[in-house]
Parts: sequence; C-alpha cells; structure tokens
Amino acid sequence: MSNHIEHAEEIHEIHIHRDDFGSRMGLWLFLLTEILLFGGLFLLYAGYRYIYPDGFIAAATELDVLLGTINTIILLTSSLTVVLAIVALQKSNKKLSMFFLWITVACGLLFLVNKYFEWGAKFHHGIYPKGPALQNMSEGEVLYFGLYYVMTGLHGLHIVVGLAFIGFVMWQIHKDIITSTNFQKLENSGLYWHLVDIIWIFLFPLFYLIH
Amino acid sequence: MANGTIAATGKAAEVDFYHVKGRHKGILSWLLTTDHKRIGLMYLVFIIFFFLVAMTIGVLMRLEMLSPGETIMKPQTYNSLFTLHGVIMIFLFIIPAIPAVFGNFIMPIQLGAQDVQFPKLNLLSWYLYIIGGALAILSLFSGGGIMDTGWTFYVPYSVRTTTNVSLSVFAAFVLGFSSILTGINFIATIHRLRCPGMTWFRMPLFSWALYATSWIQILATPIIGITLVLIILERALGIGVFDPTLGGDPLLYQHMFWIYSHPAVYIMILPAMGVVSEIIPTFARKPIFGYVPIAISSLAIALVGYLVWGHHMFSSGISDTSRVIFSLLTFFVALPSGIKVFNWVATLYKGSITVSAPMLYVMLFIFIFSIGGLTGLVLGALNTDLHLTDTYFVVGHFHYVMFGGMGIIFFASLHYWFPKMFGKMYNEKMAKFAAYWIGIGFNVLYFPFFIMGYLGMPRRYYDYLPEYQIWHIISTVGSWILVSGILLMIANLISGLKSGKRTTDNPWGGTTLEWTTSSPPTLENFEVLPTVTAGPYDHTKIHGQEENK
Repeated sequence: MSNHIEHAEEIHEIHIHRDDFGSRMGLWLFLLTEILLFGGLFLLYAGYRYIYPDGFIAAATELDVLLGTINTIILLTSSLTVVLAIVALQKSNKKLSMFFLWITVACGLLFLVNKYFEWGAKFHHGIYPKGPALQNMSEGEVLYFGLYYVMTGLHGLHIVVGLAFIGFVMWQIHKDIITSTNFQKLENSGLYWHLVDIIWIFLFPLFYLIH
Repeated sequence: MANGTIAATGKAAEVDFYHVKGRHKGILSWLLTTDHKRIGLMYLVFIIFFFLVAMTIGVLMRLEMLSPGETIMKPQTYNSLFTLHGVIMIFLFIIPAIPAVFGNFIMPIQLGAQDVQFPKLNLLSWYLYIIGGALAILSLFSGGGIMDTGWTFYVPYSVRTTTNVSLSVFAAFVLGFSSILTGINFIATIHRLRCPGMTWFRMPLFSWALYATSWIQILATPIIGITLVLIILERALGIGVFDPTLGGDPLLYQHMFWIYSHPAVYIMILPAMGVVSEIIPTFARKPIFGYVPIAISSLAIALVGYLVWGHHMFSSGISDTSRVIFSLLTFFVALPSGIKVFNWVATLYKGSITVSAPMLYVMLFIFIFSIGGLTGLVLGALNTDLHLTDTYFVVGHFHYVMFGGMGIIFFASLHYWFPKMFGKMYNEKMAKFAAYWIGIGFNVLYFPFFIMGYLGMPRRYYDYLPEYQIWHIISTVGSWILVSGILLMIANLISGLKSGKRTTDNPWGGTTLEWTTSSPPTLENFEVLPTVTAGPYDHTKIHGQEENK
C-alpha cells in the first residue's frame, strides 16, 4: 500500500510545473478586470461631465497642474526603471536589478507623498465631501471632487498594492527565488505597475488638464 | 475508448483522492488543500448550506403571503427577508454553484488535466467565498438591523436607509472578488491545460460553457465591484455620485448595477446549459446534435448578453431610442438560447433514451426553462413590459429561468456526477420520485405568479387586495410541495453517501474524460495524461461499459 502512496507523491512532484505563459496570461486577465473596475468610474465621470460641463470646468481650475505634472513624470520614470530592472535581471545583473527596483519604490513613495500634500491642501481649504467650502459650491463641482477623491484615492490604493507586490518580488530576488531564468513574477509585478501608470495617464488630463 | 485512445493502464493500483496521505491530516487536509476536487467539495457543503437558509426564508415569505395583512411577521421583517432571500440565493448560491462545485471538480478532469492552472489561487477564491458569506451573516446581527433594500440595492433608498447596508454590500464585493479569481483561473486552465489532442472543438460542452461564463465573470464583475464600493462611500462620506440631493443621478446607478447584473444571469444559466449538453448525449446514447453551434452559442450569449442591461430600466426614464435598441438586442439574445434548446431536442430525436434521475431533471429543465424563456420575451417587448414591470410576472419569470434553469440543473448535476464524486450510488427510485415531486411543487408554486402578475399584483408588497388571495394560497401550498421534494432529494443523496452501493467508473456510459478515471478519481486524476483523438461524444466505444454489462 505504501508503495502506491509514494507513487502518488511522485506524480505530485511532477504536477508542480512551471508555466510562464500561463502565469502571464492570468495576470493580463486580472489587469483587464482592473481596467473595468476603473472603467465604471470613467463612465460616471463621462456621465457627470456631460450633465455638468460648467461645474467640471470651474472645479478643474482648483487643481495644481504643476504638482500633477511632477507626479506624472515620477510615475513614468518608475515605469521605465521597472522595465530596466527586468532587463538587468535577464542579463543576470542582480545588483543592478535591485537598484532599479529601489528607484521604482522610491518613485512610488514620492508620488504618494505628493498626493498627500495635494489632498492635504484641499482638505485645508474645506474642499472635501460635506466640507464647508464644497457645500457652497455647485452640484457639478461637488460631483467633480467626489469623483476626484474616489478615483485618485483608488489609484493611490493601487500604488500601495503595486509597491507591496514589488517589495515581495524584491525579497524573492534577494533570496534567489526569482532569478535570470525564472523571472516571471518580476515581469508580472512590472505589468501591474504599468497598469497603475496607465490609469494615471488617463486621470491626469481628465482632472488636471481639461479646462 | 472514449475520446479516442487513452493510454491509461493499471489504474486500479492507486488510491482515490480521499485516501491519499498528504502533508496535512484531518480537517487541515481540506482547509489547506490545493486539490481542485477537494475545493469543489468544500464549496458544495457551503453552497448547499446557504441554499437551505435562503430556501427557508422563501418558505417563510410564502407563509406570510397566505393571507392579506399580517400573517406571521411585521412589514419590516418581510422587507428584510425578501432582501436576504435574494442576496443569499444570488450571490452565495446561484452564481457560484455550478462553476465552483462542478467546474472545479469536473472541468479539469474533462480537459484531461491534473488540476486547475492556479491551484493556490483556487483555494484563495474559496476563502474569499467563505469570508463573503461570513460577512453577510455578520451583517444580520450588527449595525442598524437587517438590510431592507431588495437585492438590487437601488439608490437613493440604499443610501438613506438606516439598516446595515454597508456591511452586506461589502460582503457582495468580496464574493465578487472570489468570482473574478475563479473566472481568471478557469480561462487560463482551459487555454493552457487541455490534454494532448484536445483541440478547442474536441472540448466537452460543459467546459465550453464554463469558458464563456468565465469571460462574463471577469468582464462584468468589476463593474458591480466599483458600484458597491461607491454605495459604501456614499453612505460613509457623502461623495454625491449617487445622491440626488448632491447632484448625483440614480439612473447612472441603475445602469452600472445592471451592466453587471444582467450579464450575471448568464453567469448563472450558461454553466447549467453546459451540464444539459453533457447529460443529454449520455442518456440518449447519441452524439450531440450541432456540437459547434452549441459551443459558439455559449459565446454568443456571453457577448450579446453583455449588451442588453437596459431592459431592466424600461420604466426608469431612459430615452425611447435606447429603449427600442435594448428591446431589440434582448430579442437577439433569445436566439442562441433557442439554438441550444432545438439542438438538445434534436439530439433526443431517435435516440435510445434512458430516463434516469439526471435525465429526468434535464427534461424538467427543458419544460420549465422554455416557459421561463418565452415569458422573458413578453418582458423584453416594450409595451407588454410597461404593463408587467414590477409585478409578480417578473418574479415568476425570474424563478422559472433561474431556479427552473440553474437550480434544477444543479440538482441534475448532483445526481449525474454523484457516482464520480463519491464512488457510490443513491437510490434511483427515490431520486426519480423526488424529481417528479419537485417538478409538481415548482409549477404549483411559481405558475400562479404569472397570473397574479398579469392581474396586477406588485412584487415585494407585504399586503394585497383580497382578490389575489386564491393565487397566493395555491402558491404557498406549492412551496410546501417543492420544499418537501427538495428535502427528500437531499436526504436520498445523503443516505446514498452513507450507505449507497459502490459504483463503477462509468455507470451512465458517459463519453467524456471524467468517466475514464476511477470513481472517485485519484489525486492526480490520471496516471498517464490522456491523449485525445476524436470529439467528446463518440458513443461507438464507451469506456468501462463492458464491465457494466
């Protein structure tokens, strides 16, 4: 009897197979669901922009375009560094790869710090849901800021998740679990990070640039 | 052999997956498992539990409607009960039932695979399901009382009510996450793990149906996810997006809700249609008629079903243009469903039909689902819908397609794959008796809904005019018949589980790969990965039939 069980265990070992393509596919499907998650919010944005064009234009002037631009540059840079990290690891340069990932993490954190100051300034002026300043604004402006907080907030949450993902990957690179021949997890974390970046590419013009 | 040549020999040597000694013992061998079969069974236990809870609530509601005015409960309790009945049935039973139980247990074996593509993710889906269920239960006993919004959570009421909406809605969000992860897992499994020789058009139709379902799951569920989050934020912070006093438009909520919830009814029904496409060829001893159209129609339903959500809003104040377009698209979505029904009937034609319990449920399904489908057209047409909207007619239609469609086929699947899952057989006579009893009870319970609805009885009302009472009485009596049938069926299955006769590997003469494994299957399903050389429904050579006769 024990022979048979051992045999079952043997198959079990074979069964833990590696399928990079499958793993990448799973992540792409997940990214699709993320786009749809934000898609619902973009739909609301479109609907309310159509109903309240004037309020949206008035509210957009309240945002600091410079700060938004800086954050855009920061995120784009981090997308570059995460790609460089993958290439570096593919070329077996673990140290360089880790260096680029540290820069990516630093960029992500810097983005969040900027966001903190941006939100903080708005709160200070009473522009937040049910805040004193927002209550005196028009319906369009209320909705604009409602969506602004929800969409940038959800995006910020995704930055945090992305950073956690990259942190986990860095730990695995450190432990040599992710290597130059087995780097799918690093690539997946990069793909996720690009998604976070792309969503910001849409948020930035919709909230900051269209006046 | 079935599905062409399968190079499996000497499988009798291995123990089944229940008895394999893994790393963990006892309860942990279940809670920490990544085996798709064990995960499927863990779903089964909780899904049946939640089904029984929601069924009990349904019986209590019917009891309340026995006479006008107060019968056994207060109006507020009634509001909470119809909300709970809907939320539990939909999010904890109908949506996950067939994919999570049979999709998990059977689909990888049908594909000739050893497990799903992401086994750990699969276990995470199960935990999210359990956490979602636990949160839903917790919401009953905390906050401002049981939610009373109906399962549709329509704003602005869901923002105003003091009952515990936020926690219940969060529970639905977690369940949605579980559903998305299962969908991703199944799509990746079907793309990556089909065994050698199993081309797309040699894939069993149940797997095809799950493939289409999984796509809807990942395309639609995120929308409800964000919508539910917005309800919570609206209640907690007052962001305004769904609150008319702050400029928000409740109509946009309805759009976003139905962009998910209409495709969701296809998440509910497509897997059931897949099961029917498995059971019919097996019991008609014939290859399925129109394999390709059935496979493609699953995808067509998924695609068109994504574009018809507006027919839930005909009386909400959307424009005439969009109403006409949505109505037209609704008729289109009936076509692929019709294709399936005609192909099933054509498969039965001149077949050598054995009416075993699973087949009996399938025939019951075709009868009930046809009524449900045709009444759906009545509701899809603009002018009749304006008369019937928000009446018992809608509730009748919904129960005919959902309970009569998905629910009855869930019972059919239980009976069809029972010998494979447990290696034992239930009492066939008792199973058939329960099926007839359920069929009678179902129609006595729900058919009066159509009549009442046509006469103007509004849905979700606690009280009614005395002229509706006769229909309510018939319906309530029907609920007793139906429930006794279901309890009898479950008791019969449990007694089969305990003391049923041992069964063979292929008791029905099925032709798909799951019938080539032992009953119950071994840990890795196949000793040697099978190779497929023909389509799935070749009845000329059936695996394991020689030893049966």
